[in-house]
Amino acid sequence: MTIDIQLLTTPLDTNVCQQWVEAPDKGGLVLFVGTVRNHTQGKEVLRLDFEAYEPMAISEMRKIAMTITERWPESRVAIHHRVGQLAIGDIAVIIAVGTAHRAAAFAACQYAIDTLKQTVPIWKKEIFADGEVWVAAHP
Amino acid sequence: MEIKVLAFGIARDILGGPELKISGPENLTVGRLLELLKERYPAFVDLTSLAIAVNAEYANENQPISAGDEIVIIPPVAGG
Repeated sequence: MTIDIQLLTTPLDTNVCQQWVEAPDKGGLVLFVGTVRNHTQGKEVLRLDFEAYEPMAISEMRKIAMTITERWPESRVAIHHRVGQLAIGDIAVIIAVGTAHRAAAFAACQYAIDTLKQTVPIWKKEIFADGEVWVAAHP
Repeated sequence: MEIKVLAFGIARDILGGPELKISGPENLTVGRLLELLKERYPAFVDLTSLAIAVNAEYANENQPISAGDEIVIIPPVAGG
C-alpha cells in the first residue's frame, strides 16, 4: 500500500501523514495543510461546518491518490480530510506526497489539492456572527 | 417509477430535508432528473453547478436511472 485515505471527525495529525510518505528512497516530502481561516472577503468567520457524502468522498480522494501514483510513479500519498464543526486554526485537510525528488512531490501535491477542491463531495458552511453561507454555492 | 434522492450541503437546505422521493418516467435519465429538480425547486438554477451521483460516481446527463440506484444531488463542492 502506497496510499492512505482518511475522512475523519477527529483532529488531523501532520506527523501521521508525514510518516506515511517517508521512505528511504523518498528524498522529497511535500505536505499541504489547509486550515480554517478567520475571515472571508473582509468578514469575520466564527467557525466552519464540513460535511461529506462519505463513500464517494473517500472514493474520489482515492482516485486522486491513484492518479498521482500513475503520473508520478513510486510516489507515496496520504490524504486526510476532516468533517464536522471546525474552529479557527483547525486543520481541515492534509495532503502529503513523498517522491524521490522534490519537483514531483510539489507537482503531485498541487495536483491533489486543486483536484480535491473540484471533485470531492465535501461541503463547508461558513458561520458568521450575523449568518451563514455555503461556500462556493453561488457565482 | 419512484426514486429516492439524497441531498447534502445547500441542496439539503433547498429541498428542506436530507432526502426527496420523486416519481419520474421509467426511462428517467440523469439529465431529466436535473430538469425535474430545477422545475420543482428553482433555487437549484442559481447554483454555480449541479451534478448527480449515481451509486457514488459522477453521472453524465445521458445516464439512465434504475430503481434501486443510490441517487445523490451534488451541489458545488468546497472541500479543503
